[in-house]
Amino acid sequence: MSLLRVEALSKKFGGVNAVEDLSFDIPPGVVYSIIGPNGAGKTTLLNLLTGIYQPSAGRIVFGGHDLTGRAPYEYANHGIARTFQNLQVFFNMSALENVMVGRYMQERCGLAAALLRTPRLARAEHACREEAAELMRYVGLHNYLSAAADAMPYGALKRLEIARALATRPKLMLLDEPAAGLNPTEALELDDLIGSLTGRGVTVVLVEHNMRLVMGVSDHILVLDYGRKLAEGPAATVRNDPKVIEAYLGSGVAAAAEMHR
Amino acid sequence: MLARLASPRTGGLLALAVVIALLPLALTNKYFYDIAVLVGLNAIVCVGLNLLIGYAGQISLGHAGFFGLGAYGSAILASRYGWPPLAAMLTTTLAVAALAYLVGRPILRLKGHYLAMATLGLGVIIFMVITTEDKYTGGPDGIAVVPLSIGGFVLQGERIWYWVVGALLLVAVWLALNLIESPAGRALRALHSSEVGAEVVGINAAEHKVMAFVISAVFASVAGSLAAHYSGFVTPGKVAFLHSIELVTMVVFGGMASTFGAVVGAAVLTTLPQLLAAFEDYEMMLFGAVMMGTMIFMPRGVVPSLARLFQSRRQQPSSGEGSGT
Repeated sequence: MSLLRVEALSKKFGGVNAVEDLSFDIPPGVVYSIIGPNGAGKTTLLNLLTGIYQPSAGRIVFGGHDLTGRAPYEYANHGIARTFQNLQVFFNMSALENVMVGRYMQERCGLAAALLRTPRLARAEHACREEAAELMRYVGLHNYLSAAADAMPYGALKRLEIARALATRPKLMLLDEPAAGLNPTEALELDDLIGSLTGRGVTVVLVEHNMRLVMGVSDHILVLDYGRKLAEGPAATVRNDPKVIEAYLGSGVAAAAEMHR
Repeated sequence: MLARLASPRTGGLLALAVVIALLPLALTNKYFYDIAVLVGLNAIVCVGLNLLIGYAGQISLGHAGFFGLGAYGSAILASRYGWPPLAAMLTTTLAVAALAYLVGRPILRLKGHYLAMATLGLGVIIFMVITTEDKYTGGPDGIAVVPLSIGGFVLQGERIWYWVVGALLLVAVWLALNLIESPAGRALRALHSSEVGAEVVGINAAEHKVMAFVISAVFASVAGSLAAHYSGFVTPGKVAFLHSIELVTMVVFGGMASTFGAVVGAAVLTTLPQLLAAFEDYEMMLFGAVMMGTMIFMPRGVVPSLARLFQSRRQQPSSGEGSGT
């Protein structure tokens, strides 16, 4: 039983196939990494998996529901959350409010209740604030509980996006290069955080260039090259696949690696 | 307790109530009362418009159209057809809300310049209809409006209107502050900053933009109805494009994404032309200059700029204490 099933997915931009005839299954409870050289179509794939792009062909089935062609907010409603490589933080709000926005689906209420601020809404808002603060502590942002988002350093903003995504109570969380731009210490701390997500019942899709991080936390790896599936399998198998080494490092290095065996 | 007073919802509302209660001490004649009523009516429109422009980040250059529809709807139903004024106002408001919803759904898909042009077009269409349908509207000559009567009580005179409009302004500000601090209000602010970021946490951005558009249209329509009954007369001037620009200028000058900024913007830019009555012909030039000056020197608007200045001064001696809006 797979949580997410992608069937023959393609996305064309003009004449370019950014993603081509891609099929894979993600079982629940794993850390599933998607790697590949720059321009391999990783971010395009994440945009397809959250409804930001509409596929040219193929299907996306999540938890038994066909979500192909739906709007991004409907993907979120079904339990897919994500972070962004280029941050999409709400810089006009406090950090805490950013996470509170993540709880929108649980907190939303009628317009009349919002305008009149019913006692029930006031209580819900209080609880929402508490839960958002709890999530910020969980991702290691306890020092920023009263910070404005536009006053936070880059590394903290990356975590803030994770907290916001977690606030939606997702079944599947897509992390787009969470370690990019972080210093080595920050990247190391990220290992534990990503590893602990599956403990919360969240399945993780990780797009990342930091191979130490990928090899450390992944259960399963999908390798993309020019929008196509180059390899797929358990982390240990993919790591030693000559095709993968070639795509990453060039054929000469692959041959050298062969010789060293 | 002190912390609650410092919050905009309780402290700000209280401050506004005190200002409204004490202002009559300075209003020494009917003319001043008249200006104060106009300020209040414009402030109601601006508080609503600020939800759309300041919080949701969507421009409208056609809100004088909604103001005008409110005014003419009340005028026609109450004066030509003899409806009770409150029933006329309520019917007009609902009709304007429906129109804003129907028009808002397609045009709020547009962004930036395109949305500006579409709302501009909407305002122009409403203006044209009102000036040409003279059988109902009186055309360019305008139309007389019966006074507002509730039950057997007739609201007439600047002083009574001052208290009515003052109370309604407080209600408008209270509603706006409540909305902004609700999940829906956070959704508006979120989509202003990043539409994609808002969508991926489950927010239907289009739906929320339309919601803000409808609410702002309703605020404008109610203020229009009240203005018609108050002055006893409506002319197409209040529906015209220039009035839309005045309203946007008030919001931008006062401070986008600041409810009290909208009130201050309305107060300053309604009062200023009255005080400079000698320069009446140059009123629009004044608005243009204010708009340019605000954009260059205080792009955040008067109230947020002053608030930030005050905050940074206060924080320098005692460091720490995070943000606050």
